[in-house]
Amino acid sequence: MLSIKNLHASVEDSEILRGINLEVGDGEVHAVMGPNGSGKSTLAGVLAGREGYTIGEGEVTFEGKDLLAMEPQERACEGLFLAFQYPVEIPGVSNVYLLKSAVNAMRKYQGEEELDAMDLVGLIKEKMNLTGMDDSLLYRSVNEGFSGGEKKRNEMLQMAVLEPKLAILDETDSGLDIDALKIVADVVNRLRDANRSFILITHYQRLLDYIVPDQVHVLHNGHIAKSGDADLPRELEKTGYGWLTGAEEAAAEATGEQ
Amino acid sequence: MTEINETVGHFKGLYTEAEDRLPGASVAWVARRRQAAINRFAEQGMPAPRDEEWKYTSLRPIEKRAFALPEPDAHEVSLTDIDPYVFDEPTAHRLVFVDGAYSERLSQASALPQGVTAHPLSQALDAGDEALSHHLGHYADPEGTPFVALNTALMSDGVYLHVPAGVTVATPIHVLFVASAGAEERVLSYRNVLVAGEGASATVLESYVGLAEGAYLTNTVTEAVAPEGARLAVYKLQEEATSGYHIAAFEAYQGGASEVYHHNMSLGARLARNDINDALDHEGAHVGLNGLYLGDGRQHVDNHTRIDHLQPRTTSQEYYKGILDGRSRGVFNGKVVVQPQAQETSSDQQNRNLLLSRNAEVDPKPELEIFADDVSCTHGATIGQLDEDALFFLQTRGMAYAEARSLLIFGFANEIIEGIPIEQVRYRLEDRLMRRLPHAEAMEE
Repeated sequence: MLSIKNLHASVEDSEILRGINLEVGDGEVHAVMGPNGSGKSTLAGVLAGREGYTIGEGEVTFEGKDLLAMEPQERACEGLFLAFQYPVEIPGVSNVYLLKSAVNAMRKYQGEEELDAMDLVGLIKEKMNLTGMDDSLLYRSVNEGFSGGEKKRNEMLQMAVLEPKLAILDETDSGLDIDALKIVADVVNRLRDANRSFILITHYQRLLDYIVPDQVHVLHNGHIAKSGDADLPRELEKTGYGWLTGAEEAAAEATGEQ
Repeated sequence: MTEINETVGHFKGLYTEAEDRLPGASVAWVARRRQAAINRFAEQGMPAPRDEEWKYTSLRPIEKRAFALPEPDAHEVSLTDIDPYVFDEPTAHRLVFVDGAYSERLSQASALPQGVTAHPLSQALDAGDEALSHHLGHYADPEGTPFVALNTALMSDGVYLHVPAGVTVATPIHVLFVASAGAEERVLSYRNVLVAGEGASATVLESYVGLAEGAYLTNTVTEAVAPEGARLAVYKLQEEATSGYHIAAFEAYQGGASEVYHHNMSLGARLARNDINDALDHEGAHVGLNGLYLGDGRQHVDNHTRIDHLQPRTTSQEYYKGILDGRSRGVFNGKVVVQPQAQETSSDQQNRNLLLSRNAEVDPKPELEIFADDVSCTHGATIGQLDEDALFFLQTRGMAYAEARSLLIFGFANEIIEGIPIEQVRYRLEDRLMRRLPHAEAMEE
């Protein structure tokens, strides 16, 4: 599905990603954890095509295609979805209009016929049930006046409607109460299947109590310092991220010895 | 200076040339008012650049032209020509004016409630309508902009709406002013008089459309009176040709617990100037002013609003938004005056501007003059660009950059339109707005 090889990226003159290697197979759920400033959100931004990053070395292929050569909307149309850490408000554009525009942009890209609002409303309402959102939010401006939890659920609604091949959730769990967190987890678990993959970017292991990942990676100083299975977060919960500094030094020494 | 005098002399000449054939020429009170108005105009002269009210808007392009009086039958306009600008609503009551004159052929009458009249003003002037004489020129301030005086002297037609006390007109009354190719190098002077009785209610859609390619000048004035308990809503949609000049005044006078809503959508014209004045002269009167102005290329759009809180417990709410692209320039001057006796006044004014190009410019100027102490008056003005995060967000949802940009611009504008309670009017405006936006074709269904 996604293959990241030796990815380097910087913002202005400072290098944030320093050689990321990550393979996400079909149907796999990967969690990317790490302390603040470790490069987690940069990774999400680079994958989705956000401006302001300079890509140095490395390559990323998505379903065999060169992801970094694509415009953000092409990545989306190819099946990549990013749930925003800070969902944006769009005054004057209703949720239903946004969803219709998004679905049709993708259908057009695939060479399929566009759908009208009537065709879509049934589908959207069904997905809204999944996210526990009130129907009235459909006709409200995107995220305007929404609570933090509603905004995150709205991201999940977009994901459920767009049915991506790969969804990246950028700290979707942060700032959520336990009920909202369970809803996010529930949407992910329901969408999880053999052909759909997820990258969950999170600061805390809490989300992983509800979504069991196939692999967990710890990002530190712009590269993956440690990978493991679903048990890794529980270790982190006990030890915190402090050990990373030590591990880094050890790793550097080990490299030096070679 | 010579040129300004020349302009005044030119317009005065037009009046002298036409005074015998202008509507109501044989009616003494009409002729007297026209004569007084042209004298007034000659005294005042054209607004000078040093005039604070005209600081940002140069009238040079109008002054250097010699607009003639229109010849209404010079160019034929068909129903097909106006089709994009009318409602789909089969029952709508529609009055169409072409190049300064009423066109019965293009108009469409519908069954209005008993006692309601919506006639061409020219007919009421010719008939020397007694009721009209009490309203015409009573709300539009003759001491105000010289263009109101010029309009009174040269007015050729418009709508005269009269709604008797207690009557509600549910169907919007659509007044469509068309400038055909025959309007080129002409001045079109429209006057609308909207009179509601106590407790009466009506909605008027006032639209200006330019099919001409050359320069022309529309000078239009709408007077409205909403006495005790009356409700008037006016939706003005200005889509003049980008070669046209549009000068407009809206003057409203309000009684106790009355409501007036004015929506000012300015999309076209090389130069557009709107003066919107409302007097809240009795307790409990409320006015809502909404505006949306779009500029592109070298368009210049200037909105001046003035709300006078004259009595206690009057309220006003104002929301104007501008979108300026290319080398266009926008002006918003919002004056709110609260007189000493107007205690417990509540007023809110917001002006937001979106600049889409480096060369576009806007001058927002809120002016609050508050002479009462127990009031709640708020205001705000912003100038901004499109939100980069929002653009990126829309791209991650599959939309190309141009399409994302259009959607954001539409959203910005739509905030003004989505609050319009009458569905037909809202759809109509959305549709016209969509056509006016860049890359709109990508967003059509």
